[in-house]
Amino acid sequence: KDDACCPPLLFSSQRRRVHGMLKLYYGLNEEGKAAEESESLDPCDINGPHFDPELYLNKLRRECSLAELMDQETCMVKQIRSLDSDMQTLVYENYNKFISATDTIRKMKNDFKKMEDEMDCLSANMAAITEFSASISGTLQDQHTQITKLSGVHTLLRKLQFLFELPARLNKCLELQAYAQAVSSHRRARCVLQQYSHLPSFKGIQDDCHAIMDKLAQELRQKFRDGGSSAKDLSECVELLLQLDEPAEELCDKFLSHARSRLESDLQGLEAEIRPYPSAAKDASARRSPSLADNSPKFNTLPSPTSNTDILEFIDRGCNEFVSSLCLVITSYQELFINHAQTGELVSKNIPQMANCKLHAFVDNLAARYFSLVERRIQEEKSVGDNSLLVRALDRFHRRLQAVAKLLPGSAVPNKGTEIVIRAATERVKQYLSALQSFYMDSLTDVRQALATPRLSVAGASVAGGGAHLGGPGPGRDAPNSLPELLSSLSASILNQIKSVLASVHLFTAKDITFSNKPYFKGEFCSQGVRESLVVSFIKFVCQSSRHFCESAGDKGGSTPPALLLLLSRLCLDYETSTISYILTLTDEQFLDQHHSPVTPVTTLCAEAKEAAQKLLNHYVKVQGLIISQMLRKSVETRDWVNTIEPRNVRAVMKRVVEDTTSIDVQVGLLYEEGVRKAHSSDSSKRTFSVYSSSRQQARYAASYTPSAPMDTNLLSNIHKLFSERIDIFSSVEFNKVSVMTGIIKISLKTFLECVRLRTFGRYGLQQIQVDCHYLQMYLWRFVSDENLVHFLLDEIVGSSAHRCLDPAPMEQSVIEVICERG
Amino acid sequence: MEDDAPVIYGLEFQPCSVRAPQARALSAQTAETDAIRFLVGTQSLKFDNQIHIIDFDDENNIINKNVLLHQAGEIWHIGASPADKAVLTTCYNKTCDSRVVSCAAVWRMPSDWETGSHESPDDTAHNPQTLELLCHLNDSAHGNAACVLWEPMGDGKRVISLADNHALLWDLQESSTQAVVSNTATLEGKGQLKFTSGKWSPHHNCSQLATANDTAIRGWDLRTMSQIYCIENAHGQLVRDLDFNPNRQYYLASCGDDCKVKFWDVRNIQEPVKSLEEHSHWVWSVRYNHSHDQLVLTASSDSRLILSNMVSISSEPFGHLVDDEELSEGEDNHQDDKGKEPLKDSVVSTYEEHEDSVYAAEWSSADPWLFASLSYDGRLVINRVPRALKYRILL
Repeated sequence: KDDACCPPLLFSSQRRRVHGMLKLYYGLNEEGKAAEESESLDPCDINGPHFDPELYLNKLRRECSLAELMDQETCMVKQIRSLDSDMQTLVYENYNKFISATDTIRKMKNDFKKMEDEMDCLSANMAAITEFSASISGTLQDQHTQITKLSGVHTLLRKLQFLFELPARLNKCLELQAYAQAVSSHRRARCVLQQYSHLPSFKGIQDDCHAIMDKLAQELRQKFRDGGSSAKDLSECVELLLQLDEPAEELCDKFLSHARSRLESDLQGLEAEIRPYPSAAKDASARRSPSLADNSPKFNTLPSPTSNTDILEFIDRGCNEFVSSLCLVITSYQELFINHAQTGELVSKNIPQMANCKLHAFVDNLAARYFSLVERRIQEEKSVGDNSLLVRALDRFHRRLQAVAKLLPGSAVPNKGTEIVIRAATERVKQYLSALQSFYMDSLTDVRQALATPRLSVAGASVAGGGAHLGGPGPGRDAPNSLPELLSSLSASILNQIKSVLASVHLFTAKDITFSNKPYFKGEFCSQGVRESLVVSFIKFVCQSSRHFCESAGDKGGSTPPALLLLLSRLCLDYETSTISYILTLTDEQFLDQHHSPVTPVTTLCAEAKEAAQKLLNHYVKVQGLIISQMLRKSVETRDWVNTIEPRNVRAVMKRVVEDTTSIDVQVGLLYEEGVRKAHSSDSSKRTFSVYSSSRQQARYAASYTPSAPMDTNLLSNIHKLFSERIDIFSSVEFNKVSVMTGIIKISLKTFLECVRLRTFGRYGLQQIQVDCHYLQMYLWRFVSDENLVHFLLDEIVGSSAHRCLDPAPMEQSVIEVICERG
Repeated sequence: MEDDAPVIYGLEFQPCSVRAPQARALSAQTAETDAIRFLVGTQSLKFDNQIHIIDFDDENNIINKNVLLHQAGEIWHIGASPADKAVLTTCYNKTCDSRVVSCAAVWRMPSDWETGSHESPDDTAHNPQTLELLCHLNDSAHGNAACVLWEPMGDGKRVISLADNHALLWDLQESSTQAVVSNTATLEGKGQLKFTSGKWSPHHNCSQLATANDTAIRGWDLRTMSQIYCIENAHGQLVRDLDFNPNRQYYLASCGDDCKVKFWDVRNIQEPVKSLEEHSHWVWSVRYNHSHDQLVLTASSDSRLILSNMVSISSEPFGHLVDDEELSEGEDNHQDDKGKEPLKDSVVSTYEEHEDSVYAAEWSSADPWLFASLSYDGRLVINRVPRALKYRILL
């Protein structure tokens, strides 16, 4: 049963084993892992390399039974046999191969022998060929040198011919105006001609050539001089002339002068736009200036027919014509004289430097003229209506100069351009300031008219306040004529105007404007220009002009209507409280100054405004007090108080005084708050007064004329004086109605007192004064902060008139009251 | 150092000191150069008016008074003769036939007023002596007298009276007992023009007069009695008083109801040289110091008296010029430096001793550093220039 399973296994493994062993023998151990795997270390593996027959035998003897041993033995014998036969076939096969190899080697040996012979033959032939060739070249040597010589002569002759033909050729080129070719031909021949000029024939040619080239140069120069040729032609000309050893300096000059003439014609064109219509321009600006009145400065696309071209057009033209051709000139010049020369032999002569200097001088010169023209034009731009046009024009102007800056680094031109822009901007700011100022003054005139024409109604009831827009030629021009409306419209229109001006000025610093990022426009323009010299100056102007109203009108008092003073005072006060800080905040927001240079602080301006307001109000009090004073003074001075009749009425003047005071009270009340009053005594009506005054005055009169009670009166009046504060008549008032009214009444009553002291009274004169004073007391106490003031002054008046009375017999208080009640 | 306190004197009627009389008229006794003496005139419709002669004893700070009766009427203006101590003029109101008339007269003080008062003050207090009338300065043709002006530094023979719209130049003859109008000038114009005040210029050989009417100041040449200049609207309102700078012949000070004091150069009358607005009511009187014309005194109905130092328009704009001699002697350089500081116009001080309107202020003719002011309630206050300023001006 061992056999049964063994043979197929043996067969396949046997073949492999044979191969493997062979391989092993030859040291080829690349045949896969199968061989290696099968190659076990087992010394009992009969096919393994470590096979130990002794061990194997022992193992078999130990493990197997006899029968198995027997089977093993037969199997082994069988295997040995088959291995032997395998060996025999292999040996046989190899032997055959050896035989055939030996045969092949033998055959090769024969073939090589034949080849050797043929090679010998070949080398012999080659030797013969070499010999022949040597002999041939030896014979051809002489002829070869002759040919070389001949060909040299030929080229020389060709060159000579070129030379001899040169004049003709040059002439022809001249005729055809192929200057470039001519010049290159001549250049080629020039050296030779120079070298052989001692030979008469060459000399002749050279002279001819010179003559022709001179003519050519002449022609070139002519062409150069004629303005007609284009810039490209021109530059070609210059290039050729340079090649003809024309002095570069002269050429530069000529080139520049030529360019200058063209640029100057541009400039003249520009100048012609400014010059011929100075009056027209003025008209135009005059016509435009009222456009300030409409609050939104818009770009006016329709240039009026008589007006000059507007500034944008002008600058456009300047840029397109002058600046661009200037750039062109600079480029071509640089191309010709500087860049070109840097590569050529001209460098040695310092030509680029020279040329550069000339160019700078040239550009500076022309640019200066251009700038002066631009400045003249900008100066003509007086109308403040649309700033955007100017800003755009300046922007374009500035932008185009950047091209010059790029072309010509280190040139002063762009800086000067910037300076012009800056000047224009500051000029514009000034113009805006004066426009604002005149607007303000015009507004005031309007207010004045509004105050004058429909007399301000006492009740302050206003007519329909329609066209609140001052200066605007509105269709329904109903002047608002109540004070608060006037004030609000005035202040609103001023504020609007300031805002629109700020907006206009703001264009200068817009992001898309090229010059807005210059340090000037970032810093100084915002702080010094706009904030200080525009906004702050305007506010100062307002204060100053207000103060001026007080001073100029001070002497006669009549020139400024009091209502205007009051209005302005309120305006200044409003400025102090809110408007100034609002305007400045607005300005600071719009014109943020990064550098924070010192600026006028808000507080200073506010103080100034407050001072102006105070002055105006004081002046108002003075003027109004004066008007009433004059009435009182006239009434006292013109009457014969000694010979007057017994009083039956309150004098009309007093009624008038009370009426006027009431209307002033209303007027002030429209603009100012009530103010603080000292608490009235519980019954501060006329009744209180009558008791008060009668008791006191009676006492005084009595004392004055009865020596029996001397101390009483003096004491009373002196004690009163001791405890009442000294009354400053023309003193500063506070910003409220009561204070203002107190001031006016003080002035009036004090005048009354002083006038009374200068007169002499009869009995009825005194009584009339009593009646009048009582009447005043009845109505005036309500206006003042401290009614005791009125009491005191009126007491003084009555007391003084009693002193000045020849026959002092005071009227019964009850009678006085009756008369006053009656009106 | 402390400045001397002001000396206050309340006028009282003699003999019965009932109450303080009203008073407006004040004058220094011009001819008196030794004693500090002021003349005050009272205003009363009821009682006999008086002239109080106030003597001030500078060393003891004591006031002596003497009273002379002026029975003619209430006194509006007093003028003391520059030549004769005893002679004075008054402008006064009197009522007759229920009419008030303003008159002017020249008076002489009784020769023994001084001695009498000293012997027995109590007696004289009860029996004041009466002024002796020398002559009237009245001309029925020429309205009510506003003031009488003596020729400055003259021999006491010439006076000018201003009456309504006339300026009358009088020659006093027969030792002032007779007055003859030698020349007149009349203010022409529409309306009722009236001189309110005037001043006889001490310059130009006393040939010029300045007058005030309403808001205008006019200059007159006394030789021809014609107007030489006219400052229209010199003040916003009535001009109350004038005074000439004693050292600068073209300089004139004026004051008025617009609370201002203005200084004029009459050669250029378009604008005042200087204008002050320190008072808070009408300014009634302005007076240059007789020697140091930077010191200007103003009185106002705001009950205040103000002494200003107007250095810039004075005759010594750079302060007192120090001589070389003084310099070499000057022991204190520090003081010299102080003196060279630029001097500024300023208010020296404001005197608030009065409680009623102050209508008159006068410098003493004897002591240039002393002045008196008179308020309506009859209070006379004598003050001195602050010592610091005095020394600064002197040194």
